[in-house]
Amino acid sequence: MAGYILKRLFFMIPTLFVISVLVFVIIQLPPGDYLETYIAELESQGESVDPDRVNFLRAEYGLDKPIYEQYFVWASGMLVGDYGYSFEYGLPVNEVIGDRLFLTIIISVVTIIFTWAIAFPIGIYSATHQYSWGDYGLSFIGFIGLATPNFLLALVMLYLANVYFGTSIGGLMDPAYIDQPWRIDKFLSVLEHLWIPVVVIGTSGTAGMIRRLRANLLDELQKQYVVTARAKGLQEKKLVRKYPLRMSMNFFIADIGSLLPSVISGAEITAIVLSLPTTGPMMLNALQSQDMYLAGSFLMFLAMLTVIGVMLSDILLAMLDPRIRLQGGATK
Amino acid sequence: MSMHYVSEAPFDAHSVEQLTPEQEKLYLASQWRLMWLKLKQHRLAVGSSVVLIIIYLLALFCEFLSPYNLHTRHTDYIYAPPQRVHVFHEGEFVGPFVYGYRYQLNMENLKREYTPDTQNIQKLRFFCRGDGYRFWGLFETDVHFVCPASDGYLFLFGTDRLGRDMYSRILHGAKISLTIGLVGIALSFILGIVIGGVAGYYGGVVDNVIQRLIEILRSFPELPLWMALSATLPVTWSPILVFFGITLILALLDWTGLARAVRSKLLSLREEDYCTAAQLMGARPRRIIGRHLLPGFMSHLIASASLSIPGMILGETALSFLGLGLRPPITSWGVLLNEAQNINVVALYPWLMLPVVPVIIVILAFNFLGDGLRDAADPYK
Repeated sequence: MAGYILKRLFFMIPTLFVISVLVFVIIQLPPGDYLETYIAELESQGESVDPDRVNFLRAEYGLDKPIYEQYFVWASGMLVGDYGYSFEYGLPVNEVIGDRLFLTIIISVVTIIFTWAIAFPIGIYSATHQYSWGDYGLSFIGFIGLATPNFLLALVMLYLANVYFGTSIGGLMDPAYIDQPWRIDKFLSVLEHLWIPVVVIGTSGTAGMIRRLRANLLDELQKQYVVTARAKGLQEKKLVRKYPLRMSMNFFIADIGSLLPSVISGAEITAIVLSLPTTGPMMLNALQSQDMYLAGSFLMFLAMLTVIGVMLSDILLAMLDPRIRLQGGATK
Repeated sequence: MSMHYVSEAPFDAHSVEQLTPEQEKLYLASQWRLMWLKLKQHRLAVGSSVVLIIIYLLALFCEFLSPYNLHTRHTDYIYAPPQRVHVFHEGEFVGPFVYGYRYQLNMENLKREYTPDTQNIQKLRFFCRGDGYRFWGLFETDVHFVCPASDGYLFLFGTDRLGRDMYSRILHGAKISLTIGLVGIALSFILGIVIGGVAGYYGGVVDNVIQRLIEILRSFPELPLWMALSATLPVTWSPILVFFGITLILALLDWTGLARAVRSKLLSLREEDYCTAAQLMGARPRRIIGRHLLPGFMSHLIASASLSIPGMILGETALSFLGLGLRPPITSWGVLLNEAQNINVVALYPWLMLPVVPVIIVILAFNFLGDGLRDAADPYK
């Protein structure tokens, strides 16, 4: 096992290297750089731009250096925890992201718990009552959740919450509490606003999870050990919980790879519609305005989390599922 | 001595093993026929495919079926709500007609208010002359299935901020929204089969490199990658080129799942005896993959492809919503929904959200059809 983990860790290094090169290429792909966008913006507002100042800025940020040198500075900075400098915010990337990270993680964690709390009972019910009206009805609702574009659902929920509960439009708290210290009524205001993004982001994930849990559980329920257990007189509830459910749980673990980055990226489009102060809109904005270090660090960070998540889920799967063997390898 | 019944017919020792004509048909059916037989039993999938065919036909004849052209403006009727089609007027049969609108600007909140004018009866005309268009780019015509009364108007789904008829726009938008999924899936299908096939057949170093490549591509968050790539499309490109660019971007990020499926299947199939036999007879890899291995799980691939079309349609919607996707004058459902971005629309002009209805229907239909195909393609069920 230790050997396997070490091997996986070792293979992560070239993967991350290639990813970092790709990220750098991607953030360089759009024509021009941030300064050009910035200058164009100033000029469109009728302000003159001093070429000396532009050249100074360009040298200051290293934009005049060749590409590979810029990459080297950026990548080596990443290794020691320096993610570069955000042009737009005029702050180091660490500080810009830090503010928003907390709220993003809160929303994501609550959403994940919500998704699981809904998907689990429904998935089990649908599998144990296959082809019943309940199964069809719940699957259909799940499908609708899957098919509705999130941003539209967010808009409608926002409107309904405003009309029926008087919740202020957008944001994660009432405007009165922004930049205020944390107090109990601020916390309540956050709770009041939190359920909309949680439900909106949750619905699409729930549908997928219900379907997979149902499919996996159905496969297990047909196996012979279930028949054996039933023949021995085990209670149906206990039976399902004890054996097939556990077996069908593997995909939850396999999901960690995609779960980790989604905690940080926080459903970008929904966040834009709801104007949530999370990291998602910031990253999209950075990509659009070519705030390259901010965007690059975000992308790199998310990709890194995916790689780590996939590795974690592989290791966990190998530990939890005795059928997965690491040594030997199959002949076919 | 009691009498026994003795059959006169000659004794056939194989009668038990003989198949009824129905059984024989089933056992001798080709793989595709089996799949079709199974699919027919999946009612939801059959219903969905009918719905899809209808929607594709609607898109094909959108110019004919819509009362107006894509860009026809009615400057007197901006943000007009949907009109209801009536058949009876004050208990009297008139045939399908709509009431005209009385327009008034509410000076308090500056909202345009339209009230149906029950004196103004506008009978609908059928197979009538209206806006001119080029049918399939072949010939000029101006025949429409339905038109408003000669000096009236017809807004079945209301109008938008420029007074354009939403019903016509949704029909025209279907053309782009529906093809983007198909073209995209065709591209990613080719990529997936070629790359996955090479990885699975050759194995070893090639497989390893391709596997890492797929891993890397998959570890990027989808939306930012789309954004970054679509930001690289030159501004000077014509809208139709942008359309193909966006399709290509969607496909470029979609093939990885398919390639993985192809690879894992090929890895197990290439050890089969019939594959070894083909190799011994000197068949080239291309022939072995294309002729002997791929058909073995083609049905599976098609099923999984039809399941990934919805993702592409939603992806286009999301990109267009962010203003990074298609640009007007190319109109898709995503471009239409781009107008429904703010809360005012939901509160004042909810009919601008109507394009979401066909989006949901198409995505559900593709999902159900894909599910049915997948079940039908599985020979062990």
